[in-house]
Amino acid sequence: MSIDTDTAAKVAKLARIRVEDDALPALAQEFNNILGFIEQLNEVDVTGVEPMVSVTPMRLKRREDVVNDGNQQDKVLSNAPDAREGFFAVPKVVE
Amino acid sequence: MSDLNKLTIAEARDKLRGGEITSTELTSACLEQIEGAGALGAFVHHTPDQAMEQAKAADARIAAGDAPAMCGIPLGIKDLFCTKGVPSQAASAILNGFKPEYESTVSQNLFDAGSVMLGKLNMDEFAMGSSNETSVYGNVVNPWRRGNEDTALTPGGSSGGSASAVAADLCLGATGTDTGGSIRQPAAFVGITGIKPTYGRCSRWGIVAFASSLDQAGPMTKSVRDAAIMLEAMCGHDPKDSTSAELPVPNFEAMLTGEIKGKVIGIPKEYRMDGMPEEIEKLWADGTDMLRDAGAEIHDISLPHTKYALPAYYVIAPAEASSNLARYDGVRYGHRANLSQGDGITEMYEKTRAEGFGPEVQRRVMIGTYVLSAGFYDAYYNRARKVRTLIKKDFEDVFAAGVDAILTPATPSAAFGLGEMADADPVQMYLNDVFTVTVNLAGLPGISVPAGLDKRGLPLGLQLIGRPWEEGELLNYAYTLEGAAGFVAKPEKWW
Repeated sequence: MSIDTDTAAKVAKLARIRVEDDALPALAQEFNNILGFIEQLNEVDVTGVEPMVSVTPMRLKRREDVVNDGNQQDKVLSNAPDAREGFFAVPKVVE
Repeated sequence: MSDLNKLTIAEARDKLRGGEITSTELTSACLEQIEGAGALGAFVHHTPDQAMEQAKAADARIAAGDAPAMCGIPLGIKDLFCTKGVPSQAASAILNGFKPEYESTVSQNLFDAGSVMLGKLNMDEFAMGSSNETSVYGNVVNPWRRGNEDTALTPGGSSGGSASAVAADLCLGATGTDTGGSIRQPAAFVGITGIKPTYGRCSRWGIVAFASSLDQAGPMTKSVRDAAIMLEAMCGHDPKDSTSAELPVPNFEAMLTGEIKGKVIGIPKEYRMDGMPEEIEKLWADGTDMLRDAGAEIHDISLPHTKYALPAYYVIAPAEASSNLARYDGVRYGHRANLSQGDGITEMYEKTRAEGFGPEVQRRVMIGTYVLSAGFYDAYYNRARKVRTLIKKDFEDVFAAGVDAILTPATPSAAFGLGEMADADPVQMYLNDVFTVTVNLAGLPGISVPAGLDKRGLPLGLQLIGRPWEEGELLNYAYTLEGAAGFVAKPEKWW
């Protein structure tokens, strides 16, 4: 399995990380090195093995479906790069 | 009394309770050392005012009697822990300026026990690294040097600031976190003790998430006894972390008896790597002899899937990271890129994340995105999770066969020079975690204990791996090993 620059560009796009075109070949090469290392996993016979879901055998705990929090708009917004009138502000999303 | 900063937690506790010293004096001594230790790059956010306030409160509590063991003990807190009102940015530019409105459960537990926070400690960005060279704050320097050389060495990573600060006596103990070895590898590189407890022992709430199925917090301390004392204060059930175990926390310190007669210690043959330095081999053999001399039975064991742990880790950890780090989008906290005319929300995400994440974090987020993407999910992610099941089963099998704990080297080498790995393939850096990463994949407790010096005078560590939830027993084996190894060396002060 080899990753070309187009695939590298697609992955960067999916990850929402801007990568300049001239950096793509080196990025693709790095991916190939790491994936080459990962491909050792193909040597393992995993027939009939369940993929691990939880490392400790436990059922995730549940809580009552009730409101136990709230009324802290100021705190929620206090670290926002751009907060206005009680909301997070972002560039235009819909045309 | 001078050099209060050099006390262990146990010594300081006894002196505080005995009225020989006050937390205010102890805290001042540490703050003074931190002032003079800028060259180590360990402390990145200083909180002296908060520290002095907490110290005064601790003194009042001790005077009133019945204070917990950690009361008045000055600590450093890894930057990965959210601390209320104090910058907490996981050593990343993307969390520039972030001041949490809440306190992580682990730091809150320590504060509830009366501990003092001196400041926040440097680390690899988002805990991704083994050399503390990926931090936005710059490198951390190991207080140890090779013989008479002045080459700056890595303290390891990702908890490099914690390691350096404890080894240099800037604080009495520090919090660390360990996803693939980030407590145990740096502890070994600087000659201190570090324990990663069983997955679920410490709450992950309020710790910036890297790979949620692997991340665990733990203490980094000057002795095994200190690790026992500090771990007890850190852990406990937390309803805010759904994977937090609802189990009572034992008095770990009381379990340090040094009595290990008849216990079975396994020596896994797969940890004998090709090209392993002779000194590491010897250290491991010496450690085995020490445990045998203390009355343990030594059994050769096999953990057949060991070789596949690192490749499985480099699928699972990046996959979880790509999901966890999706939240850094320039909307709710931290950095947002300056946008050009006409840029929409996608450009904002892409530019923000390109500016905010360093190269190693970008690399891992993208690898994670790739292995989770349509068409590759089964081939990579599901296969890695199946291999993880087999790795855990390797351990279950040897424990079922009567093995109480497993002894391995902590790292494949001593501390290397900062920059020495700069031109290496990322995979070369990943090999640092070859002995530690299995433990995270299996969710087990593991401890690194300093056990000797290499011929250039650098510390080397051994790792003990225990059964799930048996941190107390594990600490006792480590305590026995610590006593037999008699490691007392300290770095000579140059900073």
